[in-house]
Amino acid sequence: MAQETIPLDDKEESKSTDPTNPSERHGSLLGHVSRRSFLSHLGAAGIAATTAPVLASAAALEPTAQHAPTQARAPAGTVPITLKVNGQSHNLSLDPRTTLLDCLRENLNLPGTKKGCDHGQCGACTIHVNGRRVNSCLSFAVMHPNDEITTIEGIGQPDHLHPMQAAFIEHDGYQCGYCTSGQIMSAVAVLKEPVGPTDDHVKHAMYGNICRCGAYPNIVAAVQQVRHQS
Amino acid sequence: MQPFQFTRATTPDQAIQAHAATSARFVAGGTNLIDMMKLDVEQPTTLIDINELTLSAITPTPNGGLHLGALSRNSDVAHHPAVLRDYPVLSQAILSGASPQLRNMASTAGNLLQRTRCVYFRDTAFPCNKREPGSGCSAIDGFNRNLAILGTSKDCIATNPSDQNVALTALEATIHIQGKSGSREVPIHNFYVVPGSTPHIETILQPGDLIIGVTLPPPHPNVRSLYLKLRDREAYEFALASAAVQLGTQGNRITFARIALGGVGTKPWRSLEAERALEGHTVDIATFRRAAQEALRDARPQSENAFKVDLSQRCIVRALTLATKSA
Repeated sequence: MAQETIPLDDKEESKSTDPTNPSERHGSLLGHVSRRSFLSHLGAAGIAATTAPVLASAAALEPTAQHAPTQARAPAGTVPITLKVNGQSHNLSLDPRTTLLDCLRENLNLPGTKKGCDHGQCGACTIHVNGRRVNSCLSFAVMHPNDEITTIEGIGQPDHLHPMQAAFIEHDGYQCGYCTSGQIMSAVAVLKEPVGPTDDHVKHAMYGNICRCGAYPNIVAAVQQVRHQS
Repeated sequence: MQPFQFTRATTPDQAIQAHAATSARFVAGGTNLIDMMKLDVEQPTTLIDINELTLSAITPTPNGGLHLGALSRNSDVAHHPAVLRDYPVLSQAILSGASPQLRNMASTAGNLLQRTRCVYFRDTAFPCNKREPGSGCSAIDGFNRNLAILGTSKDCIATNPSDQNVALTALEATIHIQGKSGSREVPIHNFYVVPGSTPHIETILQPGDLIIGVTLPPPHPNVRSLYLKLRDREAYEFALASAAVQLGTQGNRITFARIALGGVGTKPWRSLEAERALEGHTVDIATFRRAAQEALRDARPQSENAFKVDLSQRCIVRALTLATKSA
């Protein structure tokens, strides 16, 4: 979490093209060192020495596709699990206490999903599991062996934005941006849910996502624009 | 969070065997249990993931009722065509609670076992008889505005927080349980127990018991059902008072009434007193008010929640009035 307390330049996140590709990850560590990658690697190395959960996380940082951890290799107290995230499979050994949210951020280096309240009350951690929006903070990663998991990184990237991402930018649907990925993941799910046509319907469908900056009118405008387009 | 052994069950029998230890917990959606594990309110030594059990289906029963599998998700139940058509009170109740994300996760059986939102139960720094039997109740002399006025005891005044369960109570649902010694069916009215001197015991479930599903009886012809929830804000908030009603009329006479209350009871609160005050009487505001008074006759308010007596009565009257108007 330490890296989240430091104001981040949006550009830094956008430089990470494929965080699951080990060569690119190491490239980012040794060659171009961004604040985010430096701090997140420092965090992993620092904690790995002391606790089991991040032993699992350190294991996850190894090239995963080639070396699937077997039952015998799994560190004590961890559970082997294959997670399918944004179309890619990842073999991990996790402390079963690892929430899906923490796994995405800390083990799979997908920090677009945010931790707000960590108790299912704010919606910042909203992702899709099998196409349905859920709070990733209230689920353990090991509960998802057969699920299709989609994060904000999976719905669009800076060079090919999802229409909802583009609409949030166009309508200024944020100020600080912390709730934004959760808002967008909810909004994308709303496109497929039985939601009435009016702004009030959209507000009601989006009440599981809190925005403390109060960008709500612009968020509603962005959602409505995409609904009218589609 | 305390460490635990994690297992996955692929059959009900496996799940039941694994649940032998008293500190084992089943996990389905996880929205309530994992929240409480993070608070150290729940500290299971074994967590049994039951999501691979084939208990998600929502199916008609031979006699014209509806079976909700234990793992059916709240959002699927709320939007199911048969629920919308025959049991609108259940759809309305579910959609009035939590958030769309949470309803996509939470299961029917998990919601049945939803724990109280009493702040002292959720904060391990305070004594709480429900969390730690014999430690005392911090709420009786503490912040109790949100807490119960019906079914309380000197040891516990915690409110059952669920909306779904209030609707299921008004619908006279049956809970299907599979345990070590076979299967049994329990009317929801007998499923929950009031706290008395053992507030940590909330239902009749025993170790090893697995809820398989919930059955709704066939809808009564010419009966309208409705859920009305009153709270501090219009969304994403627990009830201060709610009412689930089923009302059948013939001409100007009430032929059928089922009344359950939320936000005021230590369990989803069926009011047989209100039902008696309604059935056979004329459809008018005086009858509704009399029924509401009967429902709250035994209310025992605390220092901060006397307003709930009036609020709950108004909620009942309003829900009955709306039920006579809705087509």
